[in-house]
Amino acid sequence: MCLGIPGLVVEVKPESDRAVIEIFGVQREISTFLVGEVQTGEYLIVHTGYAIEKLDVEEAKIRLKLWEEILKDAYPGQVS
Amino acid sequence: MHILDRFRDAETGRALLGRVFVLAERAREKLGRPPVFMEVCGTHTVAISRAGLRSLLDGKLELRSGPGCPVCVTDYGDIDTMVAFGRLPGVTVGTFGDMVRVPGSTTSLEEEKARGADVRVFYSPADAVQWAEANPGRQMVFLGVGFETTAPAIALSVAQAQAQGVKNYSVFSANKVVPPALHALLADPELRLDGFILPGHVSAIIGRRAYDFIADQYGLPSVISGFETLDILDALYHLLQQVLAGEARVVNGYTRVVREEGNPRAQALLKQFFDPTDVSWRGFGVIPDSGLQWKPEYRAFDAAARFAPEVAEPRIPQGCRCGDLLKGKLTPRECKLFATACTPTHPVGPCMVSSEGACAAFYQYERRGAVGARE
Ligand code: SF4
Repeated sequence: MCLGIPGLVVEVKPESDRAVIEIFGVQREISTFLVGEVQTGEYLIVHTGYAIEKLDVEEAKIRLKLWEEILKDAYPGQVS
Repeated sequence: MHILDRFRDAETGRALLGRVFVLAERAREKLGRPPVFMEVCGTHTVAISRAGLRSLLDGKLELRSGPGCPVCVTDYGDIDTMVAFGRLPGVTVGTFGDMVRVPGSTTSLEEEKARGADVRVFYSPADAVQWAEANPGRQMVFLGVGFETTAPAIALSVAQAQAQGVKNYSVFSANKVVPPALHALLADPELRLDGFILPGHVSAIIGRRAYDFIADQYGLPSVISGFETLDILDALYHLLQQVLAGEARVVNGYTRVVREEGNPRAQALLKQFFDPTDVSWRGFGVIPDSGLQWKPEYRAFDAAARFAPEVAEPRIPQGCRCGDLLKGKLTPRECKLFATACTPTHPVGPCMVSSEGACAAFYQYERRGAVGARE
């Protein structure tokens, strides 16, 4: 029910608080009322036709980096 | 590779799983039993089942489902009311798809539809408002089912109906909020839990800080998680680290979407349109301040006030353990009806109906193990 899918903003319609986003190659118009101003090239998390948050790509990179760090540490007795 | 695709990288997944194995083993030694974690989000339930994480981690750590599927926690009385709307002359019931097949005391919306009720599935409540505008001769009653993620969209649909002068649109609000349910779980002395995997998109609205009480009042670790398998492994890793260090914090593992204070616009909308109210959750009974009812200013759009359908005392089917399951007391395979009397084609309870229900997820992805375990 709380399924939210990241969509790429391809067109902004600021006068109506709406934007066209692309999810898996399919375009659809959604409301951006809950997230304020958006720009093309940004990613939004979309739920029931509304963007509920922006996806922060910098934070995504930090997470991936953190995993790299975790995986650098060797644990004694590790099985994999 | 695109940055978001790297969240699905199988090699990283295998390596993270290896780390989780090691930490889980240590946690088991420390606790004298496998650690137990609960996910409180239907989308996590499905992600865990689909990735086969439960069987991969079998014996090392235990994953339980909690009250994270809004359809599943909807009480019989509310489902009976939804069905009753469908029987009113001139009323069209609009709903998200998951609700249609959920059995109430005697019947479901799907059965009512077969008997002539007008039941329509909408992807967005905004579409239901458009439908109402195009069909002024009918009353559209939309079923507001969902947590903090969904409630702002429901509120906006009423704002839209108001702005467009659509008078034949109203909403039955069965919307709920998650933190009071966590309080109810944590206050249960029978609950044996070592940490929570917290719902990513509820958290996008309410923010990381809204969960501080889990650590401060109950001393339990928790991690807000995204929905890729790697996110869930990462959540397990950080939960286990806390268990081993004897710490309790609310870690935000989904920082690419969830902020400290959540989404202020969405929160303002919830405050503007709804008042908290005591409502009944399946398996839990009444949880104080866990429901969202329309503020008096929006009564005109409150379907319950507009139509007040009569509903008999609910009759609860025998044998369904959905309620206990939502409290983390058992897994689907411990229900005697699972995969025998209760299947997705003949669901006895909502946990088998909703695509995000634990029984449905188990049936689709983990049934073989379940059958084997019973024989
Ligand atoms: S398997 Fe069916 S009867 Fe058993 S708890 Fe799940 S929904 Fe209820």
